[in-house]
Amino acid sequence: MIELKIGETFEFIIEWMTQNLGFIFDTINVIITTFVTAMTDLFLLAHPFLMIVIFAVIAFFTAKRGIAIFTLVGFYIIYTMNLWDKTMETLALVLTSAIVALMIGVPLGILSSKNNTVEKIVRPLLDFMQTMPAFVYLIPAVFFFRLGQVPGVIATLIFSMPPAVRLTNLGIRQVPVNVREAAISFGSTSSQMLFKVELPTAMPTILAGVNQTIMLALSMVVIAAMIGAGGLGEQVLKGLTQLKVGLGFESGIAIVILAIILDRLTQSLGKSKK
Amino acid sequence: MNIVEVKNLYKIFGKDTGDVYPLLRQNTSKEKILEETGCVVALNDVNLEIKKGETFVLMGLSGSGKSTFIRCLNRLIEPTKGEILINGNNVTELSSEKLREVRRKTMSMVFQNFGLFPHRTVLTNVEYGLEVAGEEKEVREKKAMESLELVGLKGYEQSFPHELSGGMQQRVGLARALANDPEVLLMDEAFSALDPLIRTQMQDELLDLQEKMHKTIVFITHDLDEALKLGDRIAILGSGGVVRQIGTPEEILNNPADSYVKSFVENVDKTKVIKASTIMKKPLTITIPKDGPNMAVRKLEKAGLSTLFVTDSHRILQGVVRIDDAVLLQKKKQSDIVPIIDTDVSITSPETPVGDLLNAAWENKYPVAVVDDYHRLLGIVDRASILAEVDSDYENVLLSDATPEKVLPENSGGVND
Repeated sequence: MIELKIGETFEFIIEWMTQNLGFIFDTINVIITTFVTAMTDLFLLAHPFLMIVIFAVIAFFTAKRGIAIFTLVGFYIIYTMNLWDKTMETLALVLTSAIVALMIGVPLGILSSKNNTVEKIVRPLLDFMQTMPAFVYLIPAVFFFRLGQVPGVIATLIFSMPPAVRLTNLGIRQVPVNVREAAISFGSTSSQMLFKVELPTAMPTILAGVNQTIMLALSMVVIAAMIGAGGLGEQVLKGLTQLKVGLGFESGIAIVILAIILDRLTQSLGKSKK
Repeated sequence: MNIVEVKNLYKIFGKDTGDVYPLLRQNTSKEKILEETGCVVALNDVNLEIKKGETFVLMGLSGSGKSTFIRCLNRLIEPTKGEILINGNNVTELSSEKLREVRRKTMSMVFQNFGLFPHRTVLTNVEYGLEVAGEEKEVREKKAMESLELVGLKGYEQSFPHELSGGMQQRVGLARALANDPEVLLMDEAFSALDPLIRTQMQDELLDLQEKMHKTIVFITHDLDEALKLGDRIAILGSGGVVRQIGTPEEILNNPADSYVKSFVENVDKTKVIKASTIMKKPLTITIPKDGPNMAVRKLEKAGLSTLFVTDSHRILQGVVRIDDAVLLQKKKQSDIVPIIDTDVSITSPETPVGDLLNAAWENKYPVAVVDDYHRLLGIVDRASILAEVDSDYENVLLSDATPEKVLPENSGGVND
């Protein structure tokens, strides 16, 4: 019987990459650290009360009044639980990972909608990324980026990217044939086709992907606390390891509040477009 | 002048299309070719010419390749073999850049399911063609507004397509195609998705528009009535993409080229297609002031008729004279025939479909006079000739008429038989 040494092979690859591609990882490390720090600083720039009001105003203009009120109350509860700083840290991590995931995922989705070969290669990769237990990403991430926020962001963006790719691909493939034909028959170039017709028509589906990506990112950021990503996940972990039921519960509630606000905001983004 | 010329056009879907031509030359059936080569023949040696300013209808059942044909014209589908000349330029050989130019300037298309852009307003939908052609915002807005006004959609500029009814959506489709001011308008089953009432309305509006615009229109339909109504000329496409007959609606109806076309035409309501000018007869006439009662009586007795038509020396219709009045006048030895001219004659234009003449023919004492724009008498249409043309619809005519009892006896004593 042939013995496949999958685990060992993987170890070998990871080791080779750490040794030989270190400069790439260092660059990525610097960029992401800067980005996350800047965003966290921005969120913590003003007094929490002022920030809460700003968030509520944003919610009011992108979504409905109800969500604005929920933002106001929800964030105030977080503030009273003394979790404001941690929540903003988590928010910065989520947004950073989601933005990078979208920056890679949406173009990849466009590419795989245009090219069947690309789709055939990408699809199993996405399956792999989605079904592999989230904790497994943490290991190579630590190898490449050591402990801290950056491996957290990397693991999160890998975990949260698939819906963006899948739904962009799906949205563009679902553009009706006659709409596509109409665009060609009026003499569109392929880039006019993409930007004036396909992407706008597919936008509701793509935004559903954006929503999913952000939600997955939030769930992964909590797990990423295990490799020192910080934020609310850290508090949950503390509650778990030190058996502080109250702390664990409080941080759990803060995560739920953040999740609801992010979800409703991104969902209404898709609806207001229609 | 021919604006579009299609020469030996083939479209064969599948690999190894080369194997198919010898089979086609042997008249092998579409099914057999599919079985032997795995290729589907959509268009088989299509040759046709479309004149500038005419509405050319390509009619065929589903699967006859008519949608493939219209898509070959602007190369939404690449033809396998053959030439398509638009203004003398072979479209099949154009580079993609030149082809875009043709699509932007020469040909615009209207689609069966409208093909509107759901995220754009009515106005920006109509602007699309000009926008991709790089037209300035103000210019394209102005042209789009004109185009929308033309199709009667003024006031709906800021609506979105999903807020409009099917008929209105297709108006947007039409406005969008017209905004580019193309030479050729391609309409792919443009009205087939609409319900019957709206469809008829849109057909009438297209006819009105065409009267003003004189565009070259290539119209695809599976509905023969629609083809006959809209088409200046019609091509009938049979299964396997073979053109069975090309001709005017009347030619197709009166001289079907083969049994296939005949089977189509059999159930058509001819009264909607055949024009007054086709069935009109040469009338018996006298000319005033030259002719008097004596001339009238002589002509009527010789022809064995009871009425004749009176025109002046410019052939302008004056009225009708009855034999009994003329005889009376003759007995009184009066030579002026003017007092007995009955002016109660219904008139019609040569273009009127026979169906529209039924009522007039039934309600009047005299045959209907066919006159031109200057009121000159061209011919007459009587009941007998209408019935002879539409005999298959005879019963329907009687059923649809409000007073059939009155009609029959009068008909049997027709004035001009």
